[in-house]
Amino acid sequence: MDQLEQFLQHLMNGIEAGVIYASLALALVLIFKTTGILNFAQGEMALVSTYFTWKLAEWGLPVWIAILVSVGVSFVGGALIERVVIRPVEKSSALVIVIVTIGLFLALNSLAQVVFGTDAHLMPRAYPNESWDVFGVNVEADTLVLVAVLAAECALLWYILQRTKVGLALRGVASNPDSSRLVGVPVGTMLMFGWGLSAAIGALAGSLVVPTTAGLTAGSMQSILVFAFAAAALGGFDSPLGAVVGGLIVGVANSLTTAYVDWLNDIEIIVPFGLILLVLLFKPAGLFGKVHVERV
Amino acid sequence: MTQVKRVAGWILGFVGFAAALLLTWRVFTQSLDLFDGLFNDPSKASTIDLFTEALYIGIAAMGLNILTGYNGQVSIGHGAFFGVGAYASAILMFDHGWAYLPTLPIAGLICLVVGILVGIPALRVKGLYLALVTLGLAVVFPDLTKRFVDGTGGTNLISLKTEQISPPYWYDWFPDFIADPLTDYVGSRDQWAFWLTVAVAVATIVTVWFISRSRFGRALIAVRDHESAAVTVGVNNARVKVSAFAISAFFAGLAGSLSVLVSRLANAGKVETFQLSILLLVAVVVGGTATVWGPMLGAFVVVFAQDYIDEQDTLTDLLDPPRAKLMSPALFGIALIILMYVLPDGIVGGARRGLRSLSRRRAAPIDA
Repeated sequence: MDQLEQFLQHLMNGIEAGVIYASLALALVLIFKTTGILNFAQGEMALVSTYFTWKLAEWGLPVWIAILVSVGVSFVGGALIERVVIRPVEKSSALVIVIVTIGLFLALNSLAQVVFGTDAHLMPRAYPNESWDVFGVNVEADTLVLVAVLAAECALLWYILQRTKVGLALRGVASNPDSSRLVGVPVGTMLMFGWGLSAAIGALAGSLVVPTTAGLTAGSMQSILVFAFAAAALGGFDSPLGAVVGGLIVGVANSLTTAYVDWLNDIEIIVPFGLILLVLLFKPAGLFGKVHVERV
Repeated sequence: MTQVKRVAGWILGFVGFAAALLLTWRVFTQSLDLFDGLFNDPSKASTIDLFTEALYIGIAAMGLNILTGYNGQVSIGHGAFFGVGAYASAILMFDHGWAYLPTLPIAGLICLVVGILVGIPALRVKGLYLALVTLGLAVVFPDLTKRFVDGTGGTNLISLKTEQISPPYWYDWFPDFIADPLTDYVGSRDQWAFWLTVAVAVATIVTVWFISRSRFGRALIAVRDHESAAVTVGVNNARVKVSAFAISAFFAGLAGSLSVLVSRLANAGKVETFQLSILLLVAVVVGGTATVWGPMLGAFVVVFAQDYIDEQDTLTDLLDPPRAKLMSPALFGIALIILMYVLPDGIVGGARRGLRSLSRRRAAPIDA
C-alpha cells in the first residue's frame, strides 16, 4: 500500500510539472499554428510578463488583478512584437526568423535583468498555498489551480479557433495567407492577434508557475521552455491538445524516472528527449500533429 | 573562361582572407596599444587567442553550413559535437598520455561517427522537428558528460597541464611571425594554437569549396530545394542527408579539439553548450548561408562583436557597475535582429547582391 501511495505521489508531482510545461507549450503551439514560426523567445516573453505581474503586485495591486492587467498588457506587447520585430522578416527564410527570435530571446532576457534587477524575487501567490491529503496522496492547491486554468485556456482557445469568425480567419491565415488575403482577411491583424494571444497565455502561465518554484529570476523560464519544446514536439506542433498531452507525458515520465530508475541519476533529461526521438521516428508530425503530404 | 574566372576568384578570396586577417590583426593590436595606455590590462595581450577562437568557431560554422546552408537541415545542437571533439582530445591527452596532434583527426573521426549515428534517425524528421531533436542533443550532452566523464574533483571538467598543450619540438624550426607590439612576445603555445588553427581553417575552406562545386554538393542543394525531384533524378536522399550530418559533425569535432589548445580544458555547461550551438548558427546566417566564405566571416564578426561589446562594458562598468554588464546580450540580440533586417542573406549574400546590381547583369548566374 505504501508503495502504491508513493507511486501515486510521484505521479501527482509529474502531473504538476507536466501542467506547467503544457501551459507554456500551449503558447508555443498557438504561435506555430497561426504563424508557422517556432518562437524561441516565448519563455522570455513570459518572463517579462511575469516580472510585470510581480512589479504590479509589489505596487500594492491585488495579485489576481495584477495578473489580469499583465495578461492584458502582454497581449498588446505580443501584438507589438509581431508588428515591429517579426513583420519585417516574415518573408525571409525560416532560418532568418529563427535567428530573429533568438535575438529577441537574448534581448528580452538581459533587458529584464537590467530593468528588474538580478536578485531573485519572491513571487506572490494569487491563492492560499494549501494542500490536501487525498487517500494518502498530497494534492497541492497549485496543481489544482494550474489544471483548472489550463482546462479553461484550452476550452477558450478551442472556442475562439473553432467557433468564431476571428478563429476561422486565424486558421485561414495559417493554412494559406495569400488566399486569405484575397477573400478579405486582414492577414497582418490576424498575425498580430495570434502573437498577442500567445503572449497572453505565456503571461498567465508565467505568473502562476513562478510562485510554485524557488523564485523569480532571469533564468526562471529557460528550463521550462526546454521541456515545453519537448512537450510540443511530442504532441505535434500544430495541436493544442497535443501540447497538453505532451506536457503531461513529459512531466510524468520525468518524475517517474527520477524516482524509480537509479542508473539514470543526473541524466533524467534523456527521458523526454528519448521520448521525442522515439515518437518522431514513428510519427514524424508528433502524436496529434497533422501529416503534411507533399505534392510533386 | 569561366574556369579562369573561378580560379582567379579563388586566389583573390585567399589573398583577401590573408590580407583581412593581417589587417585586422594590425589595427587591433595598435588600438590595443592605445587601450593599454588607458587601462594597463595585461589580459588584453591574449588577442591572438581571440583570433584563434574566431578561426575555430569559423571552422565549425563552415561545417554546419554544409548541413544547414547547403542541405537545409537546421541544427541547434552542434555545440554538442564541438564538445565531443574537445573531450575526445582532452581525454586522450590527459588519461592516455597522447600528444596533441594525433588526437585532432581522431576527435574529428569520432564526431563523424557520432554524426552518422545522429543523422540516421534525423532522416525521419524535418524542419522544426529536426531543430528540436538537435536542440535535445545540446541539452542532453552536458548531462551525459557529467555522468560519464571523470574529470577534476568528480566534475565533468578536464583541465590540461601546460606541457600537454605545448607545441611539438619541430615547431621551433619555424620563424616567429607574430611579435606582439605590447610585449614583443606572444607565448609560443598561443602561436602554435593560432597557426595550427589557420592550417585547419585553410584545409576546411578548400574542402568546403570542393564540396560546393562537386556532384555531392549539387546533390545537397537539390535535396534542400526539392527533395522529391532530387530523388526522381537519382539522388540517394538518405545517403546525402546522413553524409551532410557526418561532415558537419566532423568539422565541429575538429573545432572542438582545437578549442582545447586555447582554453586548456574541456568542459560542457548546459548554458554554454546551448549558447555555442546558437553562436554557430548565428555565424552561418550572419555570414551568408550556402556560401563558402560566409560562415568564416560570420564567425569573425560574431566573435569580435561580442568581444567589442564586452569591452564596452568595462568602460561603462565604471559608471554603473551592476547594470552595464547585463546589457551586452541585449545589444548583441538587437544587433542580430537589425542585421537580419538589413542583410537577410548574410554578409556574403548581401555583397553578392550589391556587386551584381553594380555590374548591371540582370541574368547573372546564381552561385551555389
